[in-house]
Amino acid sequence: MIIQAKNQAIEAHNLTVIYNKKPVLWNIDFTLPLGEITGIMGPNGAGKSTLIKAILGLVALDSGYARVFDKKLDEVRDKVAYIPQRQSIDWDFPATVRDVVTMGRFQSKGLFKRMGNEDRRIIDEALSQVGMSSYAGRQISQLSGGQQQRVFLARALAQQAELYLLDEPFAGVDASTEQSIMDLLVRMKRAGKTVVVVHHDLQTARHYFDWLVLLNTSLVASGPSEQVFTDELLRSTYSGKLTVLSRVGDQLRDRNFPVRENGK
Amino acid sequence: MASDYTAFFLLQDPNVRLVLAGTILIGIIAAITGCFTFLRKRALAGDAISHSVLPGVCLAFLFYGEKNPLVLMSGAIASGLLSLVLMEAVTRARLARPDTAIALMLSVFFGAGIVLLTAIQHQGNAAQAGLDKFLLGKAASITREDLQLIGLSACIIVGLIAVFFRGFYLISFDEDFAFSIGFRVKFLQFLLSVITVWTIAIGIQSTGVVLMAALLVTPALSARMWTDSVVRMVFIAGFFGALSGYVGAFISYTAPALPTGPWIVVSATLLAGISLAFAPGKGLVSRWAVHQKNRRKSTDENILKLFYQLIEKSGGAQHGLLEEDLINQRSFNLQTLRTGLKRLIRKGLVVQLAGVYSLSEAGMSAATRVVRLHRLWELYLQRYLHLEPDHVHDDAEAIEHVITPEIEQMLAEELGYPDKDPHQTNIPPETL
Ligand SMILES: Nc1ncnc2c1ncn2[C@@H]1O[C@H](COP(=O)(O)OP(=O)(O)OP(=O)(O)O)[C@@H](O)[C@H]1O
Ligand SMILES: [Mg+2]
Repeated sequence: MIIQAKNQAIEAHNLTVIYNKKPVLWNIDFTLPLGEITGIMGPNGAGKSTLIKAILGLVALDSGYARVFDKKLDEVRDKVAYIPQRQSIDWDFPATVRDVVTMGRFQSKGLFKRMGNEDRRIIDEALSQVGMSSYAGRQISQLSGGQQQRVFLARALAQQAELYLLDEPFAGVDASTEQSIMDLLVRMKRAGKTVVVVHHDLQTARHYFDWLVLLNTSLVASGPSEQVFTDELLRSTYSGKLTVLSRVGDQLRDRNFPVRENGK
Repeated sequence: MASDYTAFFLLQDPNVRLVLAGTILIGIIAAITGCFTFLRKRALAGDAISHSVLPGVCLAFLFYGEKNPLVLMSGAIASGLLSLVLMEAVTRARLARPDTAIALMLSVFFGAGIVLLTAIQHQGNAAQAGLDKFLLGKAASITREDLQLIGLSACIIVGLIAVFFRGFYLISFDEDFAFSIGFRVKFLQFLLSVITVWTIAIGIQSTGVVLMAALLVTPALSARMWTDSVVRMVFIAGFFGALSGYVGAFISYTAPALPTGPWIVVSATLLAGISLAFAPGKGLVSRWAVHQKNRRKSTDENILKLFYQLIEKSGGAQHGLLEEDLINQRSFNLQTLRTGLKRLIRKGLVVQLAGVYSLSEAGMSAATRVVRLHRLWELYLQRYLHLEPDHVHDDAEAIEHVITPEIEQMLAEELGYPDKDPHQTNIPPETL
């Protein structure tokens, strides 16, 4: 079931991503609504992170395109904030909590401009919104999982973007931190921001998200939560039905077949 | 020999000044550039690149026919970059994993370099004299022309790093994020690679291709021990790099027959050893000192607790204790007990009269606090972690020494200001 959003924040058209000859995203075609909280769900290895990266232009596309706010991403980069999945970060890097949040200002400052008072104010504000002000001077290696997640959320807030793409912000976070992050996301939505969250927990998904995308290499469903959150759709996302596609992928890789007959 | 030393330290010999300036500059920029090699975890690639500049140096010499610093440097940069590009291409085409690609380039390029070097030596060209110095480095061979080139390169490299610092910093930490906010990641990576290869190319004269990578990464490793900030790390690494270069020049001057590279690297390694041992906080000594301090604290508090318990057991009748009384109660080793008692006497918590030990007033209140914490914690473990009363003792042993007054307050509040522990003994009230 694929329902198109009326006001579109993101539009993906025919997205295909292939890693090492194996399709990871296959012909993804959807639109996500403006000013709402969207959840992206699917089993491990379904391509959720890759989908976010594809929207951001972080991975090479084998076909298709994605548009954000009806523009090419490069034209609206300053309106997009991205929080990578936690395990992709080097936590031993010599940086404090404040250093990381400061990176959120690099976008508007570019490579060369100095940080000003206004930037410092925004950074302080972002830190206090996620409740990490008292940890500002702490090394990032000395934070708990939930605190690390909040630091990166603060960095995204400091970007003052319109669209927030969060890759598993609730992984390794306790229930009360999850709730406070969720509250923050709802406040952001009220302020007119669009939020896209990769999520794993089926229990909470329905009432967290206005819109749901179910993904397992190919798109299973995209639409308002209450319509998408059905046993049948969930089953086809999480059950083995799509292993056929992954088998085909393995074959393509092993036999060195081109994925499309005429390239792009 | 002694006059050699003074001549070196007084910088009378213009040649000494020249060599010294060269090695120190090389040490500084290698260390600064190396910080990014270190932070991006590219130390092995750095090693491969530095080995890979050798064939470039040899070919440049073969074509040009004499040892012109600029020509040799260009050759070095060209072959260093070529190895880097090939490394990436091999990895990207999935012909080999990154570590294999690195090892492959190192051996292929270095092998080719050695073959060329041997060929040049057999040619018997008078101008070739000294080309083999590029293997292990010879600081004393730095000429005025070399120094000009080193100085100019150092200025440009340091300038580029200063200007692009934010970019290099961000791609070292989180490339995807850097890309997502529109930084030109590919360009920054390329620029940083050129800077690294360039640094290596000017460094090989004093340090040699074999050991250059160590001069890149070792000062960064040392500096990381002293600080948690990238900016400070760059400065500290630069300082360590300069020191290593200084030592190299000194050796080269006083023992001209020795190659300098190994000495520069040995001194850099020595500095790393000192940093690993003595850096505050992260260093081994500092960690050991904290450990010792904690052990002393537990011993002292355990002795105080023992006093309290013995007094409690006798219903307050017995105040003075002998060493035997104490040792019988608990598995103290006699030596530990004695030094502990001495410490407590020095702190005025215990007094000793004719072999009889007793608590002073301050000692009594300290002992009461330890016992109170121990029993509160036992109760907490029992109530909240549902441990059996006979299991809580050992856990409480370790924790009672780290509870601060604030936590004590929280504990007492949480437990509703109790007066009995799980063994139904009294919890002494808070002391003032
Ligand atoms: N850089 C890469 N090179 C090759 N294959 C990759 C790469 N990154 C991911 N993959 C593969 O692509 C598939 C999808 O990965 P992706 O990280 O998008 O999944 P995910 O849905 O985010 O999974 P998870 O829930 O574990 O985070 C996986 O099979 C993974 O092995
Ligand atoms: Mg993922």
